[in-house]
Amino acid sequence: MLPNYIPAHVPISWYLILSAMLFVLGVAGFLLKRNIVTVFMSIELMLNAVNLSFIAFGFMQHTVAVNAQVFVFFVMVVAAAEAAVGLAIIIMVHRNRKSLNVDDIELMKF
Amino acid sequence: METILFFVFAALALGSAINLIRESHPIYSALSLVAVMGALAGLYLLLGAEFIAVVQVIVYAGAIMVLFIFVLMLLNAEEEVKIDRTKIAVRLGYPLLVLLAVEIISVLRAKFPSEITSHADLLNGDNTREVGRMLFDNYLLPFEVTSVLMLVAIMGAVVMGKRKS
Amino acid sequence: MERTDLHLWVLPLLPLLGAAVNGFFGKGRSRGVIGGIACTTVGLAFVYAVYLFFTASYAEHAHIEFIAPWIAAGAFHADFALYLDPLSMLMTLVVTGVGFLIHVYATAYMAEEDGFYRFFSYLNLFMFFMLTLVLAGNYLLLFVGWEGVGLCSYLLIGFYYLKKSAGDAGKKAFIVNRIGDFGFVLGMFLIISTAGSLDYDKVFMAFRGSSVENGMGPITIICLLLLAGACGKSAQLPLYVWLPDAMEGPTPVSALIHAATMVTAGVYMVARSSPLFVKAPDAMTAVAIVGCATSLFAATIGLVQTDIKKVLAYSTVSQLGYMFLACGVGAFSAGIFHVMTHAFFKALLFLGAGSVITAMHHDQEMTNMGGLRKKIPITFATMTIACLAIAGFPGLAGFFSKDEILWQTYSHGHAWMWALGTLTAAMTAFYMFRLLFLTFFGEPRSDHAHHAHESPRSMTVPLIVLAVMSVIGGFVGVPHVWGGHNEIEKFLEPSVGAPAMHVAGEASDAPAESDPTAERLFSLYAVLAGFSGIGFAYYAYVAKPDTGRRLSEKFHGAYQVLLKKYYVDELYDVLFVHPINWVSRAFLWHVVDSGVIDGTANGLADGAQAVGGVAKRIQSGLIRSYAAWIVIGAVSVLLYMTMVWAK
Repeated sequence: MLPNYIPAHVPISWYLILSAMLFVLGVAGFLLKRNIVTVFMSIELMLNAVNLSFIAFGFMQHTVAVNAQVFVFFVMVVAAAEAAVGLAIIIMVHRNRKSLNVDDIELMKF
Repeated sequence: METILFFVFAALALGSAINLIRESHPIYSALSLVAVMGALAGLYLLLGAEFIAVVQVIVYAGAIMVLFIFVLMLLNAEEEVKIDRTKIAVRLGYPLLVLLAVEIISVLRAKFPSEITSHADLLNGDNTREVGRMLFDNYLLPFEVTSVLMLVAIMGAVVMGKRKS
Repeated sequence: MERTDLHLWVLPLLPLLGAAVNGFFGKGRSRGVIGGIACTTVGLAFVYAVYLFFTASYAEHAHIEFIAPWIAAGAFHADFALYLDPLSMLMTLVVTGVGFLIHVYATAYMAEEDGFYRFFSYLNLFMFFMLTLVLAGNYLLLFVGWEGVGLCSYLLIGFYYLKKSAGDAGKKAFIVNRIGDFGFVLGMFLIISTAGSLDYDKVFMAFRGSSVENGMGPITIICLLLLAGACGKSAQLPLYVWLPDAMEGPTPVSALIHAATMVTAGVYMVARSSPLFVKAPDAMTAVAIVGCATSLFAATIGLVQTDIKKVLAYSTVSQLGYMFLACGVGAFSAGIFHVMTHAFFKALLFLGAGSVITAMHHDQEMTNMGGLRKKIPITFATMTIACLAIAGFPGLAGFFSKDEILWQTYSHGHAWMWALGTLTAAMTAFYMFRLLFLTFFGEPRSDHAHHAHESPRSMTVPLIVLAVMSVIGGFVGVPHVWGGHNEIEKFLEPSVGAPAMHVAGEASDAPAESDPTAERLFSLYAVLAGFSGIGFAYYAYVAKPDTGRRLSEKFHGAYQVLLKKYYVDELYDVLFVHPINWVSRAFLWHVVDSGVIDGTANGLADGAQAVGGVAKRIQSGLIRSYAAWIVIGAVSVLLYMTMVWAK
């Protein structure tokens, strides 16, 4: 069997910590990557991390609550819509600038 | 058993996420993201959310990531250039991230001591039915609204993708 | 205190209306219209004043007319209120009457000048302020009039503003006045803090119960400060320096402002404050000393001046000294009596001088005149009457008023001041007749004198009227010893009290003031002084015309000092003007204004720009830096919530 220091059941906090780490990695990608599409993928990573924590919280209840899972369902739907529209925008930006470098999009200033 | 599976999937998820950041070619990053999603699907199963696990694989990994890869190939994405024009994000980035991680994790450890564990023994396999019932019972309105949302997104994507001819 | 409505506000308002109409609409109108408007307003005011004199009841109790509220600050109230009592009634009559005559005269005198409408606008404005001053019901409104006449005198003295000397004279008048006003304002503050109000009735009521002070009590200090203000306005030592320079203005201005009305504002204010002064004997002594010294001082300067208007200017200062002397010894009604008679003959003298100057084509030096009595006879006759009046010829106006002052001085125990005053009277007679003889007698000493001709009717008629007043004006003050009833003293008694009363705190080493023989004797002394002055002038300038030159050579040093007016202006220049100028330029301008104030303002602007220059770099347009800022914000908020708030 397993050694004693490894618990039989996984504590919820581990799932939450994993979710936190994935989220931070997503922020890291957002800040540090230079390709727009990669930045966008980091956003998806962040959303996934949050989904995980939702499911973990849902599992914490005495009866397995399905509300969390329904919410995750909706999150996925919105993520899909956002991905579609965002990628369309990226394509348009690429058409105008011929570059996928996020630093080339710098018109959001006075 | 459960614990081992958790470690396996967690390691896979974390490793792929780190790889996503480290890779310089976006296609490799996309593939890493697919791996993350797969690992997360496994974790969902461990947490008793079969429906969500499967939806994750089908929708996220199977459709959205494919869309990403389509776009990458369409735009002929290349390796990233190593020029940074912003100084803040680069210089402050790492410390901020560490700080963020420490903060969140410390809160979590404080609020959720290790004694709270999962109740995997309560899994009974009719998760899908419950989710379905919830969707069409309590959350009917949001369900319909999201369908409108999808319609709007599709229209937006089509309008923006058209060439001006 | 009656409160029936006499519409006193009409009196100052009429000239104000004239000033506004002429000032705003007068440019380009015909001389007749402008002059007509100006004279009519003053004339109507005079008529109404006469009407009030005969019909209104103000003798027993002063008539206070409340017009509008003004200041209400805590317990202190000051309102626009007009005050009619014998004193202000008399002053109003003098101001409007003499003012009207001068306005008529000026329409002819100024006929050739540019800025005709401006002149009459200012002149009417002056009348407005002067009437506000004499009719005011509280010190604050008096001060408004006070400052207003100061302003108008500045405007009118500097009327020929294209001449630098005129502008300088106007500034000098205004600035020296302001120095006195500083004292006046401090006095008013003290009055507020001791009596709680500036209204005449309240202030006098507050001090009625005070005992007579010995030494520097609060009332004495108030009175000394008021005296400072009066010295500025009425050109007493040491603040007289503006009045001779003020002769730069047109002659009607000199007549109105500096002879008949404005400079007497100081005397009026002292007389009005008589309830305060009688409680402060030391202040009264100061007033008397100032008056006596000034009259002697100015008379000595007047002995040698050659500009006809300067002689009259110094004579004005000297006569004002007499009025102050009178107030200082307690004979306030005598002082006001002299104000009235002085208004008549001094205005006459100035207007006559104006007539002479016009005849001489604006040459004012008496050394160029001579023999004018055949050329401008009316002027000659009227000016002779005026000179006789000022010298104290028996029966004319100046005789009674000057006599009364000298007698009151002696009978209140101030023998020294009586002696100096009599000496001054002799000198006055001398230099006035010197003026007369130099101007009108002998042979013409220049072409202008040769071709002089008489002035038009509108100038000579006021001269005649004033001459008549100079003759009969004294008869309201004939003292009992000569068979009269001294009406003016009785008339003014409700306002300023009877002279005998004011000796209350003093030791009575005074000879019995009701000693008729002594009074007649002293009248004789004054008359003798006058005649001796006239006689000596006759000797020096008619019989032996060389005398003046010989004396000036023999006493060359003294002559120079007198001619240069004791070098007072130069002294003030060195003591005050140059240091202040230097401080203003080197320190206040360069250091404080350019360096500190501008430096601070510019420095703030530069600082703001610098901060902006740094801060604007946040907005780079780069998505990643914006994202970084968001993360910084999130981290900080989380930090705050976990560290601070969760505790």
